[in-house]
Amino acid sequence: MNKNFLWKFVLIVGTLLFFLFGIFGKPSSFSRQGLLDALADHIHLGLDLKGGTHLILQVQVNDAVNVVAQNAVEVLKEQMRTRKIDYTDVSQSDPQNNPDQIALKGVQPSARGDLLDIVHERLPDYDITGGAQNTWTLAMKPASLNELKDKAVTQAIDTIRNRIDALGVSEPTIEPHGMGQYQILVQLPGIDDSGRVKDIMQSTAMLEIKQMTDGPYPSEQAALQAKGGVVPADSILLPGQCANGTEQTWCFVSRVSAVSGKDLRDAQASTDQNGQPSVTFSLTGDGGQRFYNFTSAHVGENLAVVLDNKVQEVASIKEPIRDQGSISGGHMIEQQAKDLSMVLRSGALPASIKYLQEQTVGPSLGADSIRSGVRAAVYGMIAVLVFMLIYYRGAGINADVALIMNLIILLGFLGWSTIAGVNVALTLPGIAGVILTVGMGVDSNVLIFERIREELRNGKTPPSAVDQGFSHAWITIVDTHVTTIVSAAILFIFGTGPVKGFATTLTFGLLANLFTAVFVSRFIFDWVLSRKQRGEALSI
Amino acid sequence: MEFFRNTNIDFLGKKWYFLAFSLIFSVAGLFSMLFWHHIPWGVDFRGGTLVYVKFSHTPDDNAIRADMDRAGLKNVKIQRYGVVSNNERLIDLDVRETNEQALDQGKLTIIRALETNAPAGKTDLNNASFLKIKSYLLDKDPLHLGSDADQKYGAQAQAIVDYRDKVLGGVLNSADQLQAAPGVDRAVVASLPDGFFVSDFGVRNVEIIGPQVGSQLRTQAGLATLYSLLGMLVYLGFRFEWIYGIAAVVTVFHDTLITVGAFSLTSTPITLTVIAAVLTLIGYSNNDTIVVFDRIRENIKLMRREKLADIVNRSINQTLSRTILTAGLTFLTVLALFLFGGEVLRGFSLALVIGILIGTYSSIAIAAPILVAYQDWRIQRGKRPMAMPAGRSR
Repeated sequence: MNKNFLWKFVLIVGTLLFFLFGIFGKPSSFSRQGLLDALADHIHLGLDLKGGTHLILQVQVNDAVNVVAQNAVEVLKEQMRTRKIDYTDVSQSDPQNNPDQIALKGVQPSARGDLLDIVHERLPDYDITGGAQNTWTLAMKPASLNELKDKAVTQAIDTIRNRIDALGVSEPTIEPHGMGQYQILVQLPGIDDSGRVKDIMQSTAMLEIKQMTDGPYPSEQAALQAKGGVVPADSILLPGQCANGTEQTWCFVSRVSAVSGKDLRDAQASTDQNGQPSVTFSLTGDGGQRFYNFTSAHVGENLAVVLDNKVQEVASIKEPIRDQGSISGGHMIEQQAKDLSMVLRSGALPASIKYLQEQTVGPSLGADSIRSGVRAAVYGMIAVLVFMLIYYRGAGINADVALIMNLIILLGFLGWSTIAGVNVALTLPGIAGVILTVGMGVDSNVLIFERIREELRNGKTPPSAVDQGFSHAWITIVDTHVTTIVSAAILFIFGTGPVKGFATTLTFGLLANLFTAVFVSRFIFDWVLSRKQRGEALSI
Repeated sequence: MEFFRNTNIDFLGKKWYFLAFSLIFSVAGLFSMLFWHHIPWGVDFRGGTLVYVKFSHTPDDNAIRADMDRAGLKNVKIQRYGVVSNNERLIDLDVRETNEQALDQGKLTIIRALETNAPAGKTDLNNASFLKIKSYLLDKDPLHLGSDADQKYGAQAQAIVDYRDKVLGGVLNSADQLQAAPGVDRAVVASLPDGFFVSDFGVRNVEIIGPQVGSQLRTQAGLATLYSLLGMLVYLGFRFEWIYGIAAVVTVFHDTLITVGAFSLTSTPITLTVIAAVLTLIGYSNNDTIVVFDRIRENIKLMRREKLADIVNRSINQTLSRTILTAGLTFLTVLALFLFGGEVLRGFSLALVIGILIGTYSSIAIAAPILVAYQDWRIQRGKRPMAMPAGRSR
């Protein structure tokens, strides 16, 4: 073996060992079971094979924008009061579609400078433009608006991750999804009971403690009637357990909250004095101080614990409280108390979420899919290997070695992705991608072999036929691979989970094919030729 | 061994037959898409609720429909899924216009409606999750465990679920079957009937797709197909002359049309994986076309005096062995997928089976004749005939 052969040989064997390690790592034993276990450890299965829940959530980012805009409206009002600017109205002009826009009406032209100052100093994220008849429009700067929306998605992902982690789901995937549509992809392997998980994720868990100003009333109409049909300016009307009974009642609570979920330091499930499940929470130093001020000022009055705009419980303030509180009522069962405390600990969602898509794959289906996918792959592979042996004889061995190595590199790549922590998952379409790689990969061998046969027929010697065969086929092989990989790349960008798995295995399989069908196969030919007498025929 | 040696078939002479064949299939598919079955979008594209159920005995579809009617679910489609002996049904609730909440409710309603003989207060063991079984065992504590109850009952619940799903294929006939499950304590099995009953079905897969996602996906699928075709056009235009790119893209479009048309004619749902198969075909079908084009380009340089039609014919014949072989081998693998790959991949492998046949045919019968037709057209208009040779070659 000359020097040129040697380094190629070392490269090929090295590559083989590298990817074999990717597939099996260091197996505990070389028995069938040991190898299978090692394989299961290294090849990360997709949700469709493992079973589990796949969800796509829409983050209602406009919620987050609304909060900022409402705050901006308050800032404007307050600043205009202090600077003594008269105005007739400040409000969001189109909260549904353009929640960031604020319309300001009836401002005297003389106040222009002051107004620009306010926006410049206090609302740096806003642009202000003047309109006809003393109106002004404030709109968020596009960059700030996008940043705010992106942040809402990031925050939602963090919050959901905290909640899922507390549930003890192993290896969940929670990541942004789609392009610029503010969607989140959640994959929970092994969870086939999506109901509870969805409740937990969806809970905005907006906790507020407010003063109950009036009530309870048996219905919304009754409450409104008592106030002459108008809700007082400093109050809002909410449904819930205003009388701490089982029926829904309505009551008026203060618009401002004494403390909210942001002020929580901790929350734990516990039981109240009647032995009913409840949630105890403690407040941060700052929140505790505010709660103390509030409770001191309102001893003897009622406070309402409001969760997601529903009154959870009403209690009378017997003495000032500093940093502890509890939520009972609502007839929670123990599980609900645990879930609520967990959700409160994980923080509130910055915006509400909506479920767009859900798929739950039962583990029995996953197991069936693996079985049939692997069976199809093995049969397809055997058919191709046998055909190549019969049709090309000696060269068939060459092609079969290249194909098997192609497969090892592909699986090794999946294995290495697990070792590297990227976790490229093998999905059912991914297995189909493996099968297709075999079918399309052999294309390169056929292309080369047919060309070599043709050159031999034209009277070339075996070495020169092999040389011509490879060099002529090379450009065509590159062309065919590029077109398939272009398709696969588009699939990768546009597809989700299972389809992405297909695009990945197909792309990587074809890339590996360039190495095996050209480099490895050529090496084998050269090596066989070097051992033959001059003029001896080539088995092809 | 060799199949096609020195063939000399006049492919271009048969172009009218080819044209007729292609036209019949494309027009039939197109008509079906427009006026008959339309495009049979799968649930992922149209939105709706799909519940895959496996029964422990041969189900009576009429009884299922009656159950659904009683639960207030109209327009429910019930289809057999997989082979008869699997006792599997696909219950399809088409809710195009309603919101996500209604779809979620639909799933629960379907499952409730099937639990016809559910005793009050008991949970269905066939559809109980690991978490539910575990928390039941923790409550009930049949083994009187101390500190590590959580872990031990977790293992018991997992063993029960594994046996049910992986060994019995998802459905228990009775709780007693669990006696045979490895790693499940007898006392645990004995305690189950207090909290669980055994229904005659297990839910294997649920898909709920909101209408918003569905329409979004349809747009994306259309765009992805368009981008793929454009990508091919640009790449081939860059590698060959632009007329080669156009010929290849027209060919691939023809393949796509016939494949999708076949799905429409047979009313087979087009799911996300089917689109994946179609996109793959766009790439794959081009392979054959490129191989033929490469050879035409090579031969144009070698045989300067001959007519383009002869060169094209010669090139097709020279590459015929390779074309048939590779298509045959890929077809073999795809056929294995179609026959043994299971029900989940049925649509995907069907698209590939049809697409590979059509793709191979079209690279011979459509792509190359377009090149010749283009040149004839140029000659008729009195331009120089040889305007389309090699193009850039490396």
